[in-house]
Amino acid sequence: MTTETHESGVHTNPSDWLWYAGVMAAAVAWWLLYGQLIPISEWATSLFPVDRHSHTGEAIAFFLYDVPKVLLLLTGIVFVTGVLRSWFSPEKTRAILAGKRQVWGYPLAALLGVLTPFCSCSSVPLFIGFVSAGIPLGVTFSFLIAGPMVGPVGLGLLYGLVGWEIATIYLVFGFTIATVAGFVLGRMGLERHLQDWVRELNAGPVGDLPEERLTMVDRLRIGAEQVREIVGKVWIWVLIGIGIGAAIHGYVPEEMMLRIMGGEAWWSVPAAVALGIPMYTNAAGVIPIVEALLGKGAALGTTLAFMMSVIALSLPEMIILKQVLTLRLIAIFIAVVASGILATGFLFNFLL
Amino acid sequence: MKTVKVYGPGCKRCETTEAMVRDAAARLGIEVEVEKVTDARSIAMAGVMSTPGLSVDGKLVHAGGLPDAGKLEGWLSA
Repeated sequence: MTTETHESGVHTNPSDWLWYAGVMAAAVAWWLLYGQLIPISEWATSLFPVDRHSHTGEAIAFFLYDVPKVLLLLTGIVFVTGVLRSWFSPEKTRAILAGKRQVWGYPLAALLGVLTPFCSCSSVPLFIGFVSAGIPLGVTFSFLIAGPMVGPVGLGLLYGLVGWEIATIYLVFGFTIATVAGFVLGRMGLERHLQDWVRELNAGPVGDLPEERLTMVDRLRIGAEQVREIVGKVWIWVLIGIGIGAAIHGYVPEEMMLRIMGGEAWWSVPAAVALGIPMYTNAAGVIPIVEALLGKGAALGTTLAFMMSVIALSLPEMIILKQVLTLRLIAIFIAVVASGILATGFLFNFLL
Repeated sequence: MKTVKVYGPGCKRCETTEAMVRDAAARLGIEVEVEKVTDARSIAMAGVMSTPGLSVDGKLVHAGGLPDAGKLEGWLSA
């Protein structure tokens, strides 16, 4: 965030300690609750008049365990991320990336894509701001792919629900795809496929707002505000995702899962990618489904491909970008990112 | 009479920002004309990369996230 400040900024408030104490207390409560999830969810499941080991019982247990777990994880991750990201802004990122035509501009852009706060509703102004400041198109794409693809919410939930091994694999490959896809797109010389008015917009004026001086409490407040906003927005997707996950966990027979999403069926990877593109949800909604799929024996490569496709390639995002990119460029963009996802999927199905 | 522009594609925070501007102006007893700029091209031309952005009498004062209520009064009464 950049904002103009009149009074000479930093002032300490007597209510500051309340914020520190409040955050501490919330962290302790979070920790205690997180440790008791199994007994709590088992107790809640036992209230239902169904056999715990029936299909329905399994599904209910999955749901009642995952809902508090995902919401707790989501709250914690969004808060910590909100605080950390308060040190970054699109303006600062643009200044860092401007003129980075060297190869390492791509991984740097991908890294900043993860750290810079921006919502998809401002991706068009951000895109134009980057391109008009002379940031190469490929570097801008690396930034835009990495943002959603390796977002902290997805990684944190993957870590909490599926385990650190798969979270690490996802991080490494997601980051690599963002970097390499940006590089490939940059090499293709696609500037001529921008919408006409974007090309004509040479070096748009740069808003030179002074950087805001934030106190630690300001940063904590930003974190809390993010929790209110993001959890308030995505909880419904979380419930839907966990509902689907619970249905898979309870009712889908393992042999069927192996036949459709097993490593033997080569076509399952492209099918998973194709299925993922029109699906619009976010990381918090898709990872409970991933958890259930992997638990039922779906192949890792196929599942990774599905998850990456859902998170990184979304139709609504493409429609927003249509304002600045021609259809042809959007198609190339999808093709390049999808190839990276396909390669990851095939690689893991082949290795494991 | 001040002219305030709120830059943003029409997300919820942009609407909140607009309401905050009107509230602050009413509290201060200042007359304001609020214009919402929703067109991506115009937003970009104004140098706004993160929305909502805010300008007062043609000068950009804020970009990204909800503005601080205290500072908002400062910009409006300046």
